[in-house]
Amino acid sequence: MQVKNSGILKKYIPLAVFSLAIFLLPVYISNYEMKTLIFVGINAIVAMGLCLLMGYAGQISIGHAAFYGIGAYASAIITTTYGLSVWIGFLAAILLSGLVALLIGMPSLRLKGHYLAMATLGFGEIMYVFFVEMDQLTGGTEGILSIPPLSIGKFAFTTSKQIYYVVWIIAILLLIVALNVIHSRVGRALRAVHGSEIAAQAMGVNTSKYKIQIFVLSAVYAGIAGSLYAHFVNFINPSPFTLNFSIILVIIVVVGGMSSIWGALVGSFVMTLLPEYLRVFQEYNLIIYALILMSVMIFMPSGLVPGFFNLVNQFKQKEGIWRFLESKN
Amino acid sequence: MALLRIEKLTKAYGGLVAVDSVDFKIYEGQIKALIGPNGAGKTTIFNLITGMEKPDDGETFFNEQGITGLKPHQIARLGISRTFQNIQLFGEMTVLENVMVGRHPRTKAEFFASAFRLPPVGREEKAIAEDSFELAKFIGIVSKAQTLAKNLSHGERRLLEIARALATEPEIILLDEPAAGLNDRETGELGELIYRIRDKGITVFLVEHNMGLVMEISDEVVVLDHGKKIAEGPPLLIQEDEQVIEAYLGKEIEHA
Amino acid sequence: MQLSQILQFVLSGLSAGSVYGFTALGFTIIFNATGIINFAQGEFVMLGGLISVYYYKSLEFPLFFACLAAILTVMIIGALFERLAIYPRRNASVITLIIITIGGSMFLKGAAMHILGEDPVALPAFSGDKPIMFMGAAVLPQVIWVAGATLVAVVLLWFFYRKTILGKAMRASSDNREAAKIVGINVSRLTLYSFAFSAAIGAFAGVVVTPISMAVFEMGGMIGLKGFAAAILGGLGNPIGSVLGGLVLGVLESLSIGIISSGYKDAISLLVLLVVLFLRPSGLFGSAREERT
Repeated sequence: MQVKNSGILKKYIPLAVFSLAIFLLPVYISNYEMKTLIFVGINAIVAMGLCLLMGYAGQISIGHAAFYGIGAYASAIITTTYGLSVWIGFLAAILLSGLVALLIGMPSLRLKGHYLAMATLGFGEIMYVFFVEMDQLTGGTEGILSIPPLSIGKFAFTTSKQIYYVVWIIAILLLIVALNVIHSRVGRALRAVHGSEIAAQAMGVNTSKYKIQIFVLSAVYAGIAGSLYAHFVNFINPSPFTLNFSIILVIIVVVGGMSSIWGALVGSFVMTLLPEYLRVFQEYNLIIYALILMSVMIFMPSGLVPGFFNLVNQFKQKEGIWRFLESKN
Repeated sequence: MALLRIEKLTKAYGGLVAVDSVDFKIYEGQIKALIGPNGAGKTTIFNLITGMEKPDDGETFFNEQGITGLKPHQIARLGISRTFQNIQLFGEMTVLENVMVGRHPRTKAEFFASAFRLPPVGREEKAIAEDSFELAKFIGIVSKAQTLAKNLSHGERRLLEIARALATEPEIILLDEPAAGLNDRETGELGELIYRIRDKGITVFLVEHNMGLVMEISDEVVVLDHGKKIAEGPPLLIQEDEQVIEAYLGKEIEHA
Repeated sequence: MQLSQILQFVLSGLSAGSVYGFTALGFTIIFNATGIINFAQGEFVMLGGLISVYYYKSLEFPLFFACLAAILTVMIIGALFERLAIYPRRNASVITLIIITIGGSMFLKGAAMHILGEDPVALPAFSGDKPIMFMGAAVLPQVIWVAGATLVAVVLLWFFYRKTILGKAMRASSDNREAAKIVGINVSRLTLYSFAFSAAIGAFAGVVVTPISMAVFEMGGMIGLKGFAAAILGGLGNPIGSVLGGLVLGVLESLSIGIISSGYKDAISLLVLLVVLFLRPSGLFGSAREERT
């Protein structure tokens, strides 16, 4: 029956192509470029989670850097202060970011629009203050040093190439999870909440439960990314976990296209690579980020990926008209 | 035993009493209509029954089980479904996907199972797709299955809302002004559709302004004016009722 | 703690609280006219401070003239922001508008950093630095300026909203935009005025407080957040509530410095924000529409 087949094809081919490209890339690039791509991967993980929350469920968070930070600090503290295995740290990152998201999400997600945005903003800022002030735990502004790299048994992932593969394998697994969720009963329920919350409720969808669940999932994605970050750079302090980064995450999701999980990936590539290759970016980064964000929201609010497909469709339509006119001659 | 029973249902907004101690019963298999001049409180009654709003006083019983105060999604699961006066479709989803959302209360896959696409999930997804496809055929919009809901015509959108509500396998479906904006032909088809829904064993309760449709298909009619019930009975008696005529006095009764 | 110490904290809290109150007023004015929360509100305060210093120090305007010119400049910036960034997408979803104003705040911050510099700057006090002693606590004369300005602003605003046509039009438009349009209120013109007006009020706060606590390009973020907390505390949409909310917040913050430690001072306002949002979004004196399920 035609209904089932188109879904699967659409879903798996881009995934396979993308995975292949990621797998082969290290052959062609320098060590420095590989390091940059590791950051792309880490950012992509957070962005995918945020995209699920914003694009599919229609909520907003401008405090997601906090969950990224919670994941990073959880891993760092477990592995340095307590000297436990990195995978316990990883687990701690997941559990802690999820738990905090649950606690914050339950009251917050009853709010809508501006109020929700402000609550997430306030939460993000509070976490930053905690990262700085609770220096017994977090090392304060000096942070935590000598975070061990990820390892399996005796084998430690220390070279850029090794870390690249670890990060991207995790990223692709999380992408598959995201795609599975989107193309499922849960995904439809989320998109229904976005489309019309009262209609979703009338169709038996427990909207509060799903909003909280997706919020927790997006926080867990951010926590995982934070953990990977900590083990990659081996040192963390509060400075990456600011409102600026939360906003950059929103930019990534919005620029790539909120309504598509691939948008999160495209956005991560664009927003991580652009500052590397455009000098002007680094000097004027605040202004440029702001202009990018505002331009996209004003002129192409659906973002790059859906925008691209729209253009393609428009092109096809125009082509069709040309052919029609031609055939008349 | 009545399928749906409301007792002394009351709702006020500030000083305005929208629904004033209203009682009526709906029996299984009936097609019952709720009519009344604009502002009489009809949609409010729908909202109170489906849990979207809480009554200030009074109770609702479904299969003699009290459901007042339950949340909308819980009431949907029990078997009460509805459409909306100002159509609330999921615009960015296709026709088929809209109907598939309606299958939500009768299916199970949750987050964890879906995230890892465990085998039962795959089977359930297939069933959801097939059931939704059949329902779209039943309603008559299957040709537009892959069209985005926001791109449908007005008549098609009304049909889609009904299909989606039916997907929840309700015992009773509440239709809020389903004929609004439909032309004569479409209204006739709507009437046919409502009969077919009843033939499937689903009770129908509708709010409607189109008197021709109401008088023709309803078994019973309840009339509301300024929040109070002023008449209840078979269509022919309602048409003769003095209070009803007075309530509508000065307003044109369409198609009657 | 001695009474004079407490009093000291309270008074300094009132001064910071006035800035929060003015920022809250800015939020309220725009919200009342348009239903939008302007995330760039704090930046208007920052710009008032930085631009007035620029006019006074670099362009050597006389003090009062520099202040006035700064307020006017920021008012124009506010109007431009509305026309260029808000108006084109005025019918967009709430989330889109939120993101646009966030982008705007980032832009203004970046522009201020590049054009006006990164270092904190200050104006001289309007009537001298010598503290006045009041019941054992030292009060800077500038604080009296701030207090006086707040009082005048509140009275004028009350008058504006209740007694003038434009004020009533703004309240109507916030209540029901469509109905306001139907009765002939030019809603898009109102939006423009409300942004310009809010910008001017924000700038006013920035100017008046710069002699006490210096101005720097990054101050907008926290001020905006705290101003919003104050606005919610007082009941979003209620001008008097906004100012009172700001004062309460300022005093709470100041006392927390005394009782806990200065590092957590920001967290106090943020906690207040979250608590109010979660428990009573309509605030202490709320007349606001609630946005909750």
